[in-house]
Amino acid sequence: MIDIKIVDVIIEKWNSDPDFVIEMMQDVQDEFRYIPKEALERISDRTDKPRGKLFHIATFYRAFSLEQRGEKEIQVCMGTACYVKGAPDVLAALERELGISSGETTPDGKFTLTEVRCLGCCGIAPVITIGNDVIADVKPSQVSNLISNYCKS
Amino acid sequence: MNTNAIDRLKTLLESSSDDTNDAPVILTVHLGTCGIAAGAGKTLETVKTTLASGSVQPIELRSSSCAGLCSYEPMVSVSRNGERPMMYLDVTEDKVNDLFDCIRGVKTAEECHLQIITHDDPFYLKQQTVVFINRGLIDPESLDDALASGAYKGLASILDNMDPAEVITEITKSGLRGRGGGGFPAGVKWSSCVSAAERTEGIPVIVCNADEGDPGAYMDRSILESDPHSIIEGMAIGAYAIGAEEGYIYIRKEYPLAMEILENAIRQARDRNLLGKGLLGTDFSFDLVIHRGAGAFVCGESSALMVSMSGMPGEPRSKYIHTVEYGYKGRPTVLNNVETLANVPRIITRGSKWFASMGTGDVSENPWNGSSGTKVFSLVGDVKNAGLVEIPMGITLREIIYDIGGGIPGGKEFKAVQTGGPSGGVLPADKLDLPVDFDTLTDAGSMMGSGGMVVMDNETCMIQIAKYFVDFLKDESCGKCTPCREGLVALGTILDRIISGDGRQGDIELLEEYGQNMCETSLCALGQTAANPVLSTIEYFRDEYEEHIRDGKCGALKCKALIEYHINAENCTGCTICARNCPADAIRGNLKEPHVIDQEKCIRCGVCREVCNFNAVEVL
Repeated sequence: MIDIKIVDVIIEKWNSDPDFVIEMMQDVQDEFRYIPKEALERISDRTDKPRGKLFHIATFYRAFSLEQRGEKEIQVCMGTACYVKGAPDVLAALERELGISSGETTPDGKFTLTEVRCLGCCGIAPVITIGNDVIADVKPSQVSNLISNYCKS
Repeated sequence: MNTNAIDRLKTLLESSSDDTNDAPVILTVHLGTCGIAAGAGKTLETVKTTLASGSVQPIELRSSSCAGLCSYEPMVSVSRNGERPMMYLDVTEDKVNDLFDCIRGVKTAEECHLQIITHDDPFYLKQQTVVFINRGLIDPESLDDALASGAYKGLASILDNMDPAEVITEITKSGLRGRGGGGFPAGVKWSSCVSAAERTEGIPVIVCNADEGDPGAYMDRSILESDPHSIIEGMAIGAYAIGAEEGYIYIRKEYPLAMEILENAIRQARDRNLLGKGLLGTDFSFDLVIHRGAGAFVCGESSALMVSMSGMPGEPRSKYIHTVEYGYKGRPTVLNNVETLANVPRIITRGSKWFASMGTGDVSENPWNGSSGTKVFSLVGDVKNAGLVEIPMGITLREIIYDIGGGIPGGKEFKAVQTGGPSGGVLPADKLDLPVDFDTLTDAGSMMGSGGMVVMDNETCMIQIAKYFVDFLKDESCGKCTPCREGLVALGTILDRIISGDGRQGDIELLEEYGQNMCETSLCALGQTAANPVLSTIEYFRDEYEEHIRDGKCGALKCKALIEYHINAENCTGCTICARNCPADAIRGNLKEPHVIDQEKCIRCGVCREVCNFNAVEVL
């Protein structure tokens, strides 16, 4: 069960305005690392937006997840510049290192590995983010050390 | 006519806090997203600690946005006695002491292994900054800095001296065309919005499209991060011209720093009466609301963006009626891109003639007659000086890639340049002398687009590039219309089998046929252009497709199913680094003896080649 009061605070922050349900859902996603069913229902009740519509939004936009994501999200930028500079090899290295495929979460719930469209850091490609840190010019051989550093911290 | 607004702005400027301490040396740390990723935040902290120790005073420390040369971040600019700054490259935190040694003249930059460039460097010399006039110079978090650099002068002057129709005429005469890729003349769009509002009695609204979705492009992020007030001012001028009191900025959530800077700028503008009721003491009111995107490429399309702004899934509609008539919540809506809006205040303050004098064609009578002004490009990929460049329209791809970009690194050859993002195409070496403007690149089968320019060297496989864009669009297609949704899957299947060595005779023709159908029958512009990367790679690199299908070979040595990694026994010293790093445990060999790769086990990840210090790993 989630603390529904947190959802209420978020809905209040956006004045229960149905135009801002995407923003509310982003805040919910940031808070719980997914969109819990109860939160979706609460937003629906408070904004008078049908649940089906909210579910459509939750599955339409890439930012949302209906399953809980890991404590830290690792995003591999798959923008064109990163792709040309070897991002697919970096992604493959991360998949091997974490033992999961892109889009999955490690069994211990620590990391979720995702691909992101473009982080706009094309001048220092290939780029990944771990949590809020942006890491530039990543090479497949560095991946193992990077992950173990984050495990320690 | 009164002089109210200009006077008010002068008062604001005079009341600005002047916190400069007249230090002979000004040191600026550039803190754009790229810079921070490369370690600029840590550099700034170390600089602060060093300054606090008191040993190197007097120096004034400032922070500013990206200076454009992203591949050499973190960058620090040093300006002495008001002279133009020298920019130190790659100043990571461990080099801060060296930097101070250079500033004090204890050591030369060469002795400290610090690289310096100035604005006379070829990277900057061919650029012409209009949108980026303040980049790396002002603090984007300071309204005072912006005001001192002339922000809101354009707005104040139109409020005092021009009626809305005159503003529209001025923008039309400048020839300003939409920088988001469409190239529609901004003045014409504004004028149609006014007519639509009169006809339908709707209340017009202005929207800024900051949902920069093209992969490999980050011009708008940098504009927002370096000069947010130019967007606010541009929108306010646009709103005055079309009679809107409400403005919205739709910004993608992948840009947290840009969003923070923009929110801060809006708050500051409101506090100083540059937004809100009765701007600068006049009877014109205008305010802004930010909407956050949630990671959907299609939301850059006008009709999809506007439904997304109403808290709906961003699916486009067919546009028999344009959004300028029936847009956000059915109201007449002007949607302009970030870079377009950033140009508006410059045109107002310096005049349409000045703007039209840059670029190609004579646009004074007809804005469609050329491409005036400058364009910002994100010059990235396999190029030495990767970064953001602003150039006058009409210079050639060669000048951009070789003179500004410094050519291809690592002794490799140029193969192609991809422009226009997923809607654009790739252009080969014999198109390098084409001038860059709205019309020429479209004629060549690509497009200028929003400004992504990804350079590719001879180790890039064009079929994989086509597949990359098809995969991108397949994921991002909203799924509403069949040609785009199903066509992309079909293209992907065919490209997949070509890449895995199972290509069939006739596959190229099939790709062309599907592609053509998608162009002709998709609902929105994204679907209509979705096959461009495939069609343009076939047009210019047909041989490469045929080589894959006929000979089962990938000339760029990238398609994993068609290559093998081998260790050259002559170069191999038996250092074991490859065997230790191999994730598949596929490399065997004794210490100080040549190693061998087991082809059965090898997953062709390329790690051995990356870690080998003796160039012993070859791809065949």
